[in-house]
This record gives sequence, structure tokens and C-alpha cells, in this order.
Amino acid sequence: MSDASSAVDAVERARSATSQSPTKAYTFSRNYWAFAAPGTLLIASVIVFPWIFTLWMSLHDWKVGGDHAFVGLANYFRLASDSRFLESLVRTFWFTALATLIPIVLGVWAAMMFHRNFPFRGLLRTVFVMPMMATPVAVALVWTMMFHPQLGVLNYLLSLVGIPPQLWVYHPNSVIPTLVMVEVWHWTPLVMLIVLGGLAGLPTDPYDSALIDGASGWQMFRFITWPLILPYVMIALVIRTIDSLKVFDTIAVISQGGPGTASETLNYFLYLQAFQFYNIGYASAVVVIFFVIIIALSLLLLYLRQKSKWTT
Amino acid sequence: MTEKSRSGLAASRRAVLRTGASALALTAVGAPMINRSALGQSTFDWKRYAGTKIDALLVKNPRSDLLQSHEKEFTALTGIEVSSEQVPEQQQRQKAMIEFTSGKPTFDVSMLALHVQKRLSKKGNWLEDLKPLIADQSQTNPEFDFADFNSAGLNYSTQTDGSMTTLPHFVDYWMVYYNKEMFEQKGVAYPKTMDELVLAAQKLTDPSKGVYGFVSRGLKNANIPVWTSWLLGQGQETVTPDGSKLLTDTPEAVWAAELYARLNKEFAPPGTIGFNWNECQTTFAQGRAAMWLDGIGFATPLEDPTKSKIVGKVGYGITPAGPKGHHSATFADGIGISRTSTKKGAAWYYAQFMANKKNQLAMMKAGAGAPGRTSALTSPDARQGSKFGDQYFECLAGSAKIGRPGLPVIIPVTEFRDTFGVALTNLLSGGNAKAELAKATEAFKPVLEKSEQG
Repeated sequence: MSDASSAVDAVERARSATSQSPTKAYTFSRNYWAFAAPGTLLIASVIVFPWIFTLWMSLHDWKVGGDHAFVGLANYFRLASDSRFLESLVRTFWFTALATLIPIVLGVWAAMMFHRNFPFRGLLRTVFVMPMMATPVAVALVWTMMFHPQLGVLNYLLSLVGIPPQLWVYHPNSVIPTLVMVEVWHWTPLVMLIVLGGLAGLPTDPYDSALIDGASGWQMFRFITWPLILPYVMIALVIRTIDSLKVFDTIAVISQGGPGTASETLNYFLYLQAFQFYNIGYASAVVVIFFVIIIALSLLLLYLRQKSKWTT
Repeated sequence: MTEKSRSGLAASRRAVLRTGASALALTAVGAPMINRSALGQSTFDWKRYAGTKIDALLVKNPRSDLLQSHEKEFTALTGIEVSSEQVPEQQQRQKAMIEFTSGKPTFDVSMLALHVQKRLSKKGNWLEDLKPLIADQSQTNPEFDFADFNSAGLNYSTQTDGSMTTLPHFVDYWMVYYNKEMFEQKGVAYPKTMDELVLAAQKLTDPSKGVYGFVSRGLKNANIPVWTSWLLGQGQETVTPDGSKLLTDTPEAVWAAELYARLNKEFAPPGTIGFNWNECQTTFAQGRAAMWLDGIGFATPLEDPTKSKIVGKVGYGITPAGPKGHHSATFADGIGISRTSTKKGAAWYYAQFMANKKNQLAMMKAGAGAPGRTSALTSPDARQGSKFGDQYFECLAGSAKIGRPGLPVIIPVTEFRDTFGVALTNLLSGGNAKAELAKATEAFKPVLEKSEQG
């Protein structure tokens, strides 16, 4: 009994404490927000305010150095009929698809290779990762020299095996595939590193069982490795998609959006409008559209990643 | 006779005494004046703004390196401290644009690309009119010699209302580099007309040997001066003198565009559609092209054995004459003073010192580009010991006499270059010159009209 009464007392004390807690909780909460205020203000000023301001600018006909007038959604309607913008949009998706999927395929393949044990594996892995360490502008400058149609080393190498010289970034049809090639060279190591990290943490039991069951190498990859590394591949996919969408330095240095407008992606179009033509209002509308595209793609990829998580 | 002689002698003695006295008096009274005239620099009050500190915004290039190397001497002479920064060309233009528009630029002096920012700077009222300062003897060193600046540079510096908002520090002239060895081997003389240039390019092109008769910029935006160089041969620019009307779809403009397309398609290396100056330079310097039309500022790398295979073989030719005109497309940089600067006096001292005869000659000697002063262009000092040879200097002086703006003097110059640059690249992909120029003109017309309104 005494034990039971002491338990009841404890419950009562707890109830009484709970009945007093709203005031205390309120006080605590007020103090808490005082502490959170600086951070909130900082985020509001460096993230929220620029966004609201960009939205506001996109509703104006605004040129740096000139007057600005409210035009409502006119900039957005103008974008819908601007063939150069629409072409750059299609080109951006095409470039993004190639510059994302090819490094993913090659990166996964490279990770599988480097996951095995073989002589000089560490050395070769370091060599493979080296492109990623170089700054994009330096990489782009080196590639520019190599692409020169008459004097570049690439055409010289092709001539050694009897292939005629190519125009690389100096022809409207080959410029995008060539720029993708630079991106693939530069960023496949990143995908490899992410997937390699995933491979290192995989359990060995399923492989042992599969071997006993007589599974082939391909079957083990298809039914064991691939599902297990898929979350890592999805992380690489999200990173590569966002990076490819907003690529600027490679294009600005190597082709400057040319020949003509053949390599003008959305980001380069945006740069021209904002920092070459100083059409801030119009450029802001492009930013808003660009933001919506990135958010939509990121949400889609995050949803796919969620679905690819391991389940027990 | 004796008396006469005596009196003559006496008179002579008196005359000598009188003359001596007069000379002494004159020396006492007039010496400072004579001295002032002879040594204007020493009597000009260079220390008037001693203790002031000014900020200068420069463009990253060898000329700015020279300006910065003169700062120590300037500070020793004036007591004015200079804080200058060099910013890469594109970023410098953006920085200038944004800071001037803000109304409170952080610099007192700025270097401006007049072929891009002349009209813009006037419309935005960015800069101080330098004419009153030049006319003010208390502000301008008597040795400054304003008349020494040549007309090509002054055309750029002078605004339509007659004000002069910059000093023409550097003027770039477009001309033709040619490989003298290739010309000699084929027995071809340097062309005097644009028609002859086409014929020469034809004779010198040999794709089987990887050698082409002509190379020039084909990349959108960068290709505009090539087209305007040919258009100047028709005695025409791309806009009317007041900058209000486009002349980009006239028969002359179409003729120039067709010439541009023909030279690039038939006699230039494959891929020039994506060539900027650097690809052209490499092609020419490696002996793969017989002629290269571009600015004269590339002479230094072409005569550098570490960068060029054709050192000593480079000929410097004035842009050939066209059917109706003979001009060299020019581009210019000027030194301007911020209108809102509180240190205009010190800033003007900086500008006049940096653009004085000695420093302009130093630019010429260093091969850092063509100065705006005639004295520097024609100075025997510059030729003495120069690696460029007489032909270079003759080409420079000759081009200066026939210089005309290579870009339209309008506010949206960059959009002009972009719109018409795309039209020109379309020609290289098989487009029709008349149709492409008509389309570009139609697209750019509202941009130009709006720029003058807002």
C-alpha cells in the first residue's frame, strides 16, 4: 500500500508540476526566441530579403543606370516568347542530361573497378581523382588550347590514328558534346568517390550467399550491389544535376556561349542579360524561372532518393 | 678721326655700361619670368594638393602596370598619395557601371573603355568635364601641351555637347599583320585595296599545307570590328553621326558582311566561327595564316621568340582602302575624373601627369600599346632600339591619321555587338547577309530607341 500511495503522490506532484508549466514554458519560449532572433534576422536579410527583392525586380522594367517602371508579369510573358531564352532552356536540359548521366555511368563503373584489389590501386585512384582537384577556369583554359582546330593536341592525337581533325568547340553542332566531354573528365571522379564510399560500407553476407547459389558477376551487381549503392548514386545524381544546371565557368571560358548561341545555356543567358546588357528586371525574371526549375528538379530527385533508401 | 674715334670709343664705353646696367636690371626683374617660361614644370605648383589621397580604378593590362610604376614619381612630385587597383576588363566595366550609378563611386579617377562607355558615361553624368581644368593655368602644367593629342583619340574623348570627359590615354588601331616570308614566296605584294586583299588571300591559301590566306575573329561579339573595318571602306559607320539611326542594313553594310563571310569561309582556317583574338594570334604566330586583321597591340607577342615562330617576318600594314573610303577602325581608353569626387584637383593632377609626354612615350617604348599623343607616336626615341622596326611605327602613324570609331558610339554597345555578332556568325553557317542583317537591325532597333529615352 505504502508503495502504491507513494506512486500516487508522485503522479500528483507531476500533475501539479504540469499545471504550473504553461507559464514557465511561455517564459522559456519567449527567452528562446530572443536567442533565436539574431539568426532569424541574419537568414531573413541574406536569404529571404534577396529573394523577395529579386521577385520585386522581376516585376519591373529595370535597367542599371536608368529609370525603372512596374510592368507586372510583362517580363515573364516576354520570356515565354523570347526564342533565345527558350532555346537556351532546351539546351540547358540537354547539356544537364548528358553532363549528369555520363559521369554517373562512368563513375559507377570506375568505383566498381577501384573497389577491387589490384597492384598500384592507391596510386591509380589518386591519378583518377586529380581532375577534380583543378579549378574549373584553369581546366577550361587548358582544354581551350587543346581544342584549337589547327594547333591543338587533340587533333594531333587523332591524326596519329588516322582520324580527320575535328572542330570541337568551333562548330555549332559539336560544341555541346565537347563541353560535356570537359565536364565528364572533370567530375566523373566525384561520382566515383561517392559510390566508392558506399561500396566500402556494403555487407559481405549477401555476396557469400549469392556465390553459394551460383550467381554470376552481373547478377550479383544487378540484384545486390546496384540496389545497395542506389542511395549513394542518387546523392551523386542530385549533386551532378544541380552542378550541370548552373555550369558557367566552363562555358564562359571555352566557348562564351558560341559559336553564335550554340552553347548558350540558361545561366549564360542570365549572365548576359544581367551583367553585359544590365537588364536587371528581365534577368531577375530569368532567375525566378531558373530557381523554380532547380527546386522542382531537386524535389523530384530527393523524392527518388527517398524511394531508393534501404528498407528492412 | 681721333676725336671721332675717341667719342666713338667713349660712346661705345657708355653704351657698354648702359647695356650692362640694363642687362643687370633686366636680369633682376625678368629672370624669374624667363626661368618660369623655360622651366614651366618647376614653377607650376605641383604641391598644391600635397597630403591628399586619391583612389584610381584601372583595367588589368600592361598600360596600367606602367601607370602604377609612375605612381612613386608622382607622389614625390606632388605629395599626393595614390591607391590604385587593377581589375580585369569585363569586371572593371561592371564595377565602374555599378559604382557610378550608385552616385558615390569609391574612386576619384577611372580608366574607361570609350568605345563601350562613352555615351553611357555622358548619359549617367559620371565624369567631370576636363576642358575648364585644361584651360585653367593654375591647374594645368604649362608643359602639358593639349594640342599634342591626336584627332582619333580626341574624337573619342569629346562628347556630342563639346565637353571632354576623359583624356585619351590609349588608342588602338586596327591594321593587318602579314607574314612577309609567305608574301615573298608567292610573289604577292601587300594589298592596297580590299579587293586586292581578297585576291592576296586567295593566292596565299593552301589547305593541303595547313596554310590559309587570312584569319580574323569569328566569335560572336568579338567579330564586330572585323565587319566594321570593311564597312569603313565604304566610308560608312554602323549608326548615323548622332547615334540615333542604324545603318546596318544598307547595301554598304551588306557588302561588308559578305566580304566578312567570304574571307572567313574561303580563305580562313576551319573553325574561325569560334575564334577570338587569342586563337587568331596563335594561328598567325605559328605561321598558319598569311594575314591577320586585328588591333596593333598584338605586335609584342608576335615579336616574342617564346610565343611566336615568325619573329622578324611580321609585316605591319595599314588596313587597305575600300571602294569609298580608307579608314582604320579605332578603339580608345581614357582617364576620367568622377563628377562626385571631392578631390577633383588632385585627381586632375594624376590624370595630366599620367598622360604627359614622358609617360606616353614610355608606353610606346614598352610596346604596351599606342598612346594618344602624336609626339609619342612619332618620336625617334621610341624607334631607337625598338624590336618592331620602322614599318610598325609607320603603320601606327598612318593608321592614326585615318582612324574612325570601330564600334557605334551608342549606349547599348554590348547588345549591339551581341545581336549583330550572332547575325555574322549565322553567315558563316550559310545564312544570307541581307536577310540576317535585316533581322538583326529589326531586333536591335527598339533597344537603341529605348536606350535614348530612359
